[in-house]
Amino acid sequence: MTTFSSGATLDSDEPGGPRPRLRITSEPVPTARRGPDPAVGRQVVFEARNVSVNYGEKRALDSINMQIYRNLATALIGPSGCGKSTFLRSLNRMNDSISGFKLGGQVLYHGHDLYDPRANRVEVRRRIGMVFQKPNPFPKSIYDNVAWAPRNLGMKDNMDDRVERALKSAALWDEVKNRLKSSALGLSGGQQQRLCIARAIAIEPDVVLLDEPASALDPIATASIEELIDDLKMRYTIVIVTHNMQQAARVADRTAFFSLGHDEVGTLIEYGETSRLFASPADPRTRAYVTGQFG
Amino acid sequence: MSYLASQPGRGSRPVPRIRSTRRLNRIDRGANRVLIGLCMLGAAAVIFAMVEILYQVISGASPAINKLGLGFLVDKVWSPSGAVFGAWPFIYGTLITAVTSLVLATLIGVSIGIYLSMLAPKRLATVIGPMVEMLAAIPSVLIGFIGIVLIGPFVHSALEPPLHAVLGWIPLFGPQQPGGSSLFTACLVLTIMVVPIIAALTRDIFLTVPRELTEGAEALGATRWEVIRGVVLPTTTSGVIAACVLGFGRALGETIAVLQVVGSLAATPVNLFKPGDTIASRIAAEFLSPVSPLHESALLYLALILLFFGVMSSLISRRIAAGFQRRMA
Amino acid sequence: MSVPDPSHALTPSGNLRRRMAVSNVMQGLATAAAVLAVAVLGILVAFVVVHGIGALSWGFLTGSLPPPTGDGSGIGPAILGTGEIVLFATLIAAPVGVLTALFLTEYAPPRIGSPIRLVIDVMAGVPTIVVGVFVYELLVIGVGSTGYAAAVALSIVMMPLITRAALESLNRVPGVLREAADALGVSRWRTILGVVLPSATRGIVTATILAAARAAGETAPLLIVDSVFGPNVQLNVAHGIPNIPLTIFSLAEYGTPIAKQQAWGAGFVLLFLILAANIGARTLVGRGQRRAFV
Repeated sequence: MTTFSSGATLDSDEPGGPRPRLRITSEPVPTARRGPDPAVGRQVVFEARNVSVNYGEKRALDSINMQIYRNLATALIGPSGCGKSTFLRSLNRMNDSISGFKLGGQVLYHGHDLYDPRANRVEVRRRIGMVFQKPNPFPKSIYDNVAWAPRNLGMKDNMDDRVERALKSAALWDEVKNRLKSSALGLSGGQQQRLCIARAIAIEPDVVLLDEPASALDPIATASIEELIDDLKMRYTIVIVTHNMQQAARVADRTAFFSLGHDEVGTLIEYGETSRLFASPADPRTRAYVTGQFG
Repeated sequence: MSYLASQPGRGSRPVPRIRSTRRLNRIDRGANRVLIGLCMLGAAAVIFAMVEILYQVISGASPAINKLGLGFLVDKVWSPSGAVFGAWPFIYGTLITAVTSLVLATLIGVSIGIYLSMLAPKRLATVIGPMVEMLAAIPSVLIGFIGIVLIGPFVHSALEPPLHAVLGWIPLFGPQQPGGSSLFTACLVLTIMVVPIIAALTRDIFLTVPRELTEGAEALGATRWEVIRGVVLPTTTSGVIAACVLGFGRALGETIAVLQVVGSLAATPVNLFKPGDTIASRIAAEFLSPVSPLHESALLYLALILLFFGVMSSLISRRIAAGFQRRMA
Repeated sequence: MSVPDPSHALTPSGNLRRRMAVSNVMQGLATAAAVLAVAVLGILVAFVVVHGIGALSWGFLTGSLPPPTGDGSGIGPAILGTGEIVLFATLIAAPVGVLTALFLTEYAPPRIGSPIRLVIDVMAGVPTIVVGVFVYELLVIGVGSTGYAAAVALSIVMMPLITRAALESLNRVPGVLREAADALGVSRWRTILGVVLPSATRGIVTATILAAARAAGETAPLLIVDSVFGPNVQLNVAHGIPNIPLTIFSLAEYGTPIAKQQAWGAGFVLLFLILAANIGARTLVGRGQRRAFV
């Protein structure tokens, strides 16, 4: 494939010579992360073994096999409705309360089966936190939003420091340091979402799952969230669902492409190092998606 | 949520009319006028009825108000034959039974509300919920009858001794009394009647908490109880209070079941196991056979006090519920 | 290949064990409260059924009112009487309630609507004994117990319930229906009677049934305005009319074993009618609205 300077691409590797199929993508796909696959040598945090998800009779996900590595940002991309969020939520058992939910296969977390009857759901979520698509701060003060979960966990010492650290890590401290006691509902959308991130990392989890964290936000707020992810992955393992390909290309080290397979059931099509997936996808469906042919 | 849903909210302003240019024929114009006239008549009847209630009770009570003044509210002796009228025993009885049963009913009712909205599997909730509401449908005369035959004796033989043994240092739980008719039995009966109101209302209120809030709390590694205590209850506090005030109003006004079990004694015992009386119950007992016009007027004075209590509960509950709805919208 | 890493086990760490215990205790208490309520309901209903069923017989259901000792005494007149009183009360309360609700949703600007809603809520909070006293002062003084006074008193109790439910049902009717009718040039009254009201009918009917069931069991107002009646069937509302709740009350107070048994029998009938009405109304409503009273 030839890429012109404007970002237009021309397919040229078809057998039988180049076919004049000009596809103009709206943004050049950045090529930030070249180099060896960052997964090499890293600890495996999640291993999905033949995972499938059913809601009652309806199958939503099938045959998911993938490994997610420590201290990397892994993006799940794909058209809407193909199960990315379902898979993400299965990683911290947030689907348990949905009626009819049933998981087939295994999700291993550091080798432990997440869905083992002896696994404690509350403990799972303490280690694997989540930030949701729509910011959902509690109707409490900014300080109390961040401090609530640590208090539950018994982390009562130096709460002020803990709150400050969390808010700084979420790049929100400077904006709110003078009004920590005011209601969190008075913040803007982007600030609320960063507050939710601060809240999630205040308890020092192992993994942070982000379910389309910027889709409800304006571009400037989105950019601030994306900057955070680069910092966050140094301390936590990040898994992010996004429907914005360019976002995945910007922030993720590895990317998994989900789509509807046979029987209209979501499945994992391709998974690998981000720049390779975007530059030379192995599967034609991946190529079709990342070149903007659908989705 | 019939009570809360009927409050003005989005639907308070009538739908704006699109002016049609078609000229209405005579029948339509006439029918329109008839309909609007009937509707206004209905509303007017409601207002008229309320005004009449106030008027009749106040005018009936005024001879007693003039003669007895405000001291009526604190005088302790009620002796119609001696033309001595003091409302305090009944105000005391009304308040203490209503408050005690409110405390019990709130604890039990809110727990049931939590259970039905958050803990019970969905199918079980659809069965148990209506059963709790059925409790509210049992007529008070039957609850009172069961109070005489079952609850009173139960309180007397099975509850008074242990309660006195364990909590006897509180004057409310004094020594066992002869007989089962007492303020305490009345409290239990009232609790049975108020619990379903609070349970059903709080269940509906807890269900309005947005799922994203509870999910957010769960995702932070909080136990079920921590989610309830830290997110659900603080968010719904004023709604729960409104429900409790509504239940309180019910307890204040309940007549028949209390009349049957409270002992009908115009006294102000601290020991709840002794008999006493409430305003509603005393009116019901004596209204049809007053010994003098002043007696009858004094009973109407009592009715006025009760009316005041009932109206205030409704107004306070309304005010709180409106604040709650505004914040949830 | 992942080997279980002991430092990341998913069993409770830190203070979670204690917190889980606390959470389980609280959940247990909440469940216990629900169980208690169901148990109490069961005991109450069982009590009435067990004690009442023995009194039931054709003669009991149709015979004329006791002196509690007589043979052939029964609650027939009381059943008919309650039926008549509640019917008349419904005939007063339902039209007034629906018309008032229509006025509030279709015609009244908020300036007028708010006070009326206030009055309805206040009226719902008036203790039933005060309603009885009011009707007494208005209609019974000098005349004595009458059936129409009983009907008026019960209608005052029923009216706010019906109005609130009607308001809720009417508010549910989508505004687009009204707008579409308007745009088509349909006159106001046809829209209301032909489009708006029919959509709300189910909720209104349900609420009316529930309100009637509630009225059937109201004793306090009847104690004041309809307590004097003869032992036989009486349909003339200008006289005192026998009714079930007062029959139960006076038999219960009378206290002899026979009287009590007949009181249970009457209670059984009343409870049966009320629960049947509740269950019937609930199936009518179905999934849409959960409750139509309170």
